[in-house]
Amino acid sequence: MTAGLNTILSFEGLSKSWFGVPAVEGLTLDVREGSVLGLIGQNGAGKSTLMNMIGGVVAPTSGRMLWRGALYQPRTAADATKTGIAFIHQELNLFTNLSVAENLYIDGFPRRFGLIDQKAIQTRTQSILKRLDLDVSPKTIVGQLSPGERQLVEIAKALHNEASLIILDEPTTSLTPRETTRLFETMGLLSAEGRTLIYISHILGDVAEHCDDIAVLRDGRLVDSGPAAEFPIPRMIRSMIGRDLSGMYPPRSNQPLGDTLLRVDRVSQPGVLHNVSLTVNDGEIVGLFGLMGSGRSELARILFGLDPVQSGSLELRGVILSGGPRERIAAGLAFVTENRREEGLMLEASISENLSLVGISSFGRGPLALVDKPSLAQYCEKTKQDIAIKAGNILVQPVKALSGGNQQKVVIGKWLLKEPKLFILDEPTRGVDVGAKFEIYSLADQIAAAGNGILFISSELDELIGMADRIVVMSRGEVMGEISRPEFNSERILQMAFREAAA
Amino acid sequence: MTPKITPKLTPQSALDFTVRNATYVIFGCVLLYFGLQAPVFLGPESLGNIIKQSSFIGIAAVGMTFVLLTGGIDLSVGSAMYLGSLIAGIAMKAFGLGVAEGLAIAVLAGIAMGAFNAFFIVALRVIPFIVTLATLFLFRGMGVWLTSSQQFDFDENMRSFGLSHVLGIPTPIWFLAGTALIGYVLMAHTTFGKQVYALGNDRDAAHKAGVNTASVEARVYILSSACAALSGFVLIAQIGRLDTGFGEGREFDVIAAAVLGGASLFGGVGTALGAVIGATLIQTVKLGLVFTGVNLYLQPMMQGLIIFIAVLMDGARQHRVQLDRKRTIRPVP
Repeated sequence: MTAGLNTILSFEGLSKSWFGVPAVEGLTLDVREGSVLGLIGQNGAGKSTLMNMIGGVVAPTSGRMLWRGALYQPRTAADATKTGIAFIHQELNLFTNLSVAENLYIDGFPRRFGLIDQKAIQTRTQSILKRLDLDVSPKTIVGQLSPGERQLVEIAKALHNEASLIILDEPTTSLTPRETTRLFETMGLLSAEGRTLIYISHILGDVAEHCDDIAVLRDGRLVDSGPAAEFPIPRMIRSMIGRDLSGMYPPRSNQPLGDTLLRVDRVSQPGVLHNVSLTVNDGEIVGLFGLMGSGRSELARILFGLDPVQSGSLELRGVILSGGPRERIAAGLAFVTENRREEGLMLEASISENLSLVGISSFGRGPLALVDKPSLAQYCEKTKQDIAIKAGNILVQPVKALSGGNQQKVVIGKWLLKEPKLFILDEPTRGVDVGAKFEIYSLADQIAAAGNGILFISSELDELIGMADRIVVMSRGEVMGEISRPEFNSERILQMAFREAAA
Repeated sequence: MTPKITPKLTPQSALDFTVRNATYVIFGCVLLYFGLQAPVFLGPESLGNIIKQSSFIGIAAVGMTFVLLTGGIDLSVGSAMYLGSLIAGIAMKAFGLGVAEGLAIAVLAGIAMGAFNAFFIVALRVIPFIVTLATLFLFRGMGVWLTSSQQFDFDENMRSFGLSHVLGIPTPIWFLAGTALIGYVLMAHTTFGKQVYALGNDRDAAHKAGVNTASVEARVYILSSACAALSGFVLIAQIGRLDTGFGEGREFDVIAAAVLGGASLFGGVGTALGAVIGATLIQTVKLGLVFTGVNLYLQPMMQGLIIFIAVLMDGARQHRVQLDRKRTIRPVP
């Protein structure tokens, strides 16, 4: 590797906050030309916001970036490309209906007699593909390539755009071990050509092995950085954790009961889950922890009958779960989705309309099942009181006028009428301020105290440690282990989530 | 690195093949059926007739394909056929212009109508369905106002142009071939065409890749209306007079032709040649029903069936695409 002393990109006091909540705060860091920088941190540490600032997708609130010593202020993604920065995201930005060559040239084709010079783009693409040792024709439609091949096409695009800084964001997630090895070889090649790489990954072993420098983000701040040689994995994990937790969580008011409520037994689905088993008891809050792409939400969708499952069984109180969401709701499941604004709520509709959405059929009266509005209104009012939704007239006030925390309570509240036995809460406190988080935690405690089970999915380890009776850790679609409350230990849980054997 | 995919014949791959090439499979079946029912149907005269009559829908379907490629829709084409021809006719009468000038005016009128649609869709960000539904009524309403709902008669030279032959081939067929060729070149061999495909595949990624999405999107609506106006003019040239109801409901034929030809209502998929094939398929069925003496009153239902099949096919194709795109978090063995 030919890491020089020149700085290619530097951040000076770079900050970005969303509605007053800082996502990146006072970040100062130099990226050395020709080096491979490993960037690590838990979910929500600020990595994506930083990438978006570099990529011209969001503008910093304060501070500045310098590119080779000159002020760098990208306004669009195209600005970043022109500067010589390329992004290889987990979700690839390729057009699956176009050929490899066309994907490389989409922002400007060389022309001959006014038409695309097919020969020129084929030849040039061919030579780039050859450098990457990718044996496909430039005419191949991208949709026919494997995930690993598509990744290499993205890299080919970066080479085509003469990128001198290539940022790889979780590039190995959907690659096979062979494809991953190949990607690392390619990274070595790019590095040998003098290009600078920023490598973002949850796989700490890869970061340790393939990077020259390491930088750790936590809560939007740079908490640690240094040469990889002085950065063993335990130091990485230690740097990523640490936050004061007192007073943020209500005390748990009940002990879980012995009876098994939910039993997930050796569930597998190719490309998603592998041999997943877990249980939730009556009155228990089970935290499901994992990093992005660990399969938490995928498991939730499978539990709720939204996605297919190839093998294994799901039981609720000994009854096999089958069919789609309707059957699962009838069986006693409730699912509070990750995207409450898109999937969980009708934002324009009133609070009571939202609260009655799931249970409206039980208010049908007479042969036409006309809705019994007075008792429905009464029920909604009672729910509002029970779970303390802060709102005015629930019959007219639209849900979009509520705060994030109260919106989330409406989502949970709409399930209560069905008296579900098991609640699946997927990231219930995402995008919610601290005070409202406390209220959602209290509501979860209340639900568990009533004897129901909760599968609490979160990428914030702290809140699971604060609320769960037991934590199950997933990574890449597998259960890595589980820990019960007395043995909670962030370091161990993170080690499992990062697939690092306990030191 | 991965072994080359070798096609194996399994029920799955056979189904896949049928879904991918459904248009040709259906076309083959339709020709075979009508051919068996009435062998004359497959004669050169009848087949020539089919192609000539499909030029009308075919020309507009090529334009429509551009719109569908971006994931949009243009419901105003039926009205653009009418208003474009009408404006051309009025100008020809008022200034004593010939057919060639009239044709140019029709196309220009189409461009203006397309620009009007594009303004609302691109600049004001109203969804295409709503905009073109409004202009469907607006364009026709304008024609009704201009003519007071009277029939408009063209000069005799209009008809002699419409019924003329070049090198023994009817003029409308030349127009269809020309439009299809231009459409093909635009789609397959220009930056604009590739950006249309990119936009339909992933609008966000296209924007990120530096594609001027606004300009690309505006141009597809202009192309669609221009093609519609041209197609209207070419058909009117064969009839010689223009009723207020001309082109009414044709937007569905045009969309069905494009979709039958492989274009997807979800964007990103479609070809110019496909649009022509789709239009020909629709015309074949229509003429075939007449040939085989099917009850006249059953024919609208058959047309409905065609549109239904077109949409059904598109849905099936889209389902396959969705399956392909399903996100995975671990390698599939």
